[in-house]
Amino acid sequence: MDVKNLCDYLGWLYYQYLLITGIYVLEPWEKSIFNTVLFTMVAMVVYTSYVFVPIHVRLALEFFSGLFRSHLSISAN
Amino acid sequence: MIENSASKLLNGDTCLRTSNGKKSGRNGFVKKHCLHQQQKCHRPKEVSHIVGHNAVLYNKPFVESFEETPLLVAVLTYMGYGILTLFGYLRDFLRHWKIEKCRVASERDEQKDFVPLYQDFENFYTRNLYMRIRDNWNRPICSVPGAKMDVVERVTHDYNWTFEHTGTVLKNVINMGSYNYLGFAENTGPCADSAAEATVKYGVGVSGTRHEIGNLDKHEELEKLVARFLGVESSMAFGMGFATNSMNIPSLAGKGCLTLSDELNHASLVLGARLSGSTIRVFKHNNMQSLEKLLRDAIVHGQPRTHRPWKKIVILVEGIYSMEGSIVRLPEVIALKKKYKAYLYLDEAHSIGALGPRGRGVVDYFGVDPHDVDIMMGTFTKSFGASGGYIGGKKELIDYLRTHSHSAIYATSMSPPVAQQIITSMKCIMGEDGTTLGQERLRQLSENTTYFRRRLHEMGFIIYGNENSPVVPLMLYMPAKIGAFGREMLKRNIGIVVVGFPATPIIESRARFCVSAAHTKDMLDTALNAISEVGDLLQLKYSRRTRLSDDEEADHLSYLVSYED
Repeated sequence: MDVKNLCDYLGWLYYQYLLITGIYVLEPWEKSIFNTVLFTMVAMVVYTSYVFVPIHVRLALEFFSGLFRSHLSISAN
Repeated sequence: MIENSASKLLNGDTCLRTSNGKKSGRNGFVKKHCLHQQQKCHRPKEVSHIVGHNAVLYNKPFVESFEETPLLVAVLTYMGYGILTLFGYLRDFLRHWKIEKCRVASERDEQKDFVPLYQDFENFYTRNLYMRIRDNWNRPICSVPGAKMDVVERVTHDYNWTFEHTGTVLKNVINMGSYNYLGFAENTGPCADSAAEATVKYGVGVSGTRHEIGNLDKHEELEKLVARFLGVESSMAFGMGFATNSMNIPSLAGKGCLTLSDELNHASLVLGARLSGSTIRVFKHNNMQSLEKLLRDAIVHGQPRTHRPWKKIVILVEGIYSMEGSIVRLPEVIALKKKYKAYLYLDEAHSIGALGPRGRGVVDYFGVDPHDVDIMMGTFTKSFGASGGYIGGKKELIDYLRTHSHSAIYATSMSPPVAQQIITSMKCIMGEDGTTLGQERLRQLSENTTYFRRRLHEMGFIIYGNENSPVVPLMLYMPAKIGAFGREMLKRNIGIVVVGFPATPIIESRARFCVSAAHTKDMLDTALNAISEVGDLLQLKYSRRTRLSDDEEADHLSYLVSYED
């Protein structure tokens, strides 16, 4: 029962996606091109953020903590 | 909240729509005020003309609303058009390199170096956007387009490039799209009978113009009746409504004249004004400040360069604007016209028969004197269930038009059964047939209009226009929703009209319902339920001011009541 509801909901969500992006009116092959491109882009964004965000966060933390420490040492003098 | 909006309206700017010129400039802009008038929860109705001395001119509250496009919806709509345009370019690219067969008209090889015929935006639009949802238009129907109709089913196997009829007929589709305001489009009843009698007596074709052997006694009778109906001295009937405008304006205005035209005027008025060779200036839709400024400038500065005074100044307005459902602010236009001594050409194509306690159109609705309008134009196509148009006014005017108008001299005169249909239906509206049928239809139409508009409003749709206008535009905005709405409604056995560019600005696509006196409450309820269902499915309930809290509602009502007296 729940699975059916979920399927309905996903179907409705897909329909809204079709309507809002306008690809509702496109031919099937155009739809698949659009979906492929969009999916690839989203996948790439997710992948790059997965790969690079932790590094950047670590670098940023190091940078700020370095600043903080030097600031401390300055004020100690 | 309300007072706040009223004070905003005083400066005249917030209630305006952006200037839309006549060319492509009118497309693609979100209305200006929706960007800078973002308010918190509910947006008060843009009730104009509650302002100062103007309120005196009205005998009833003039409530007209154009709720602004929600910003998110506008952005998503542009995005949708963007995506479709990209795919349009892709398809054009494929067609150009012969990867895909080109199925539209294109230049022949010999003409390659000439000025291109098929490259402007509207062609691109037709090829790549309109074609994809073309199944919503030009549907053949095979019965009288009354309250219900039969639609011929058709299918396409090549994405709307060609259609095939399956041979089946969709029976009893509720017709929410015909301009059949008073329900006179019918194949039974006194009108149809008398038209049939006229056919037996006169035949259908006339094969001559009014100047020659095409002037029947029916035409004379019709013209006398129309003049009496309108309350003017004299009138003249033409066989085609569009030509009534486009062919008569050129004989009324010419070089050295100034035509002031509403930006949303119908194509026939625009064409007529252009053919006349007069200078055309466009004022913002139904905006009296804009009109007054143009009038004042015209009188102060005169003609360009020579500064001679204009020979005449003609104001072109419509009664009900067919795409917006708004009603012209006639009392104010008349006041301006008198103040600046201009002429007024009023096109009552949609309003005649549909408005006013006696069905005399917008003049009757506001209770103004028909003699204040110099040229009363209207059509028989809508409320009277026939075809053709008329012009009414002073006797000198009509006599002049009889000898100068192209559609009087060169066009075949009106078919006798059509004339008879108009005579019978008009007499019915006037009550001269001895029944109260006409009055009942008028009352029914106004009830239906109020009910239909109120229910749509309650459901949370954005609907445009005046609360008394039987033309009800429901905003769809996104391009895919135009197609989806039409298809889903037909699936639920309701025939409607969806409208997009170029008839509307590009982001303001809409569905347009025309309420008729022939609709019963059951039909309207069926239609409304279907609309609500489809509205939920397509997420069309954009309006953010449906859920007025109680005190706000009371506030709002008292605000209106205070202007009623």
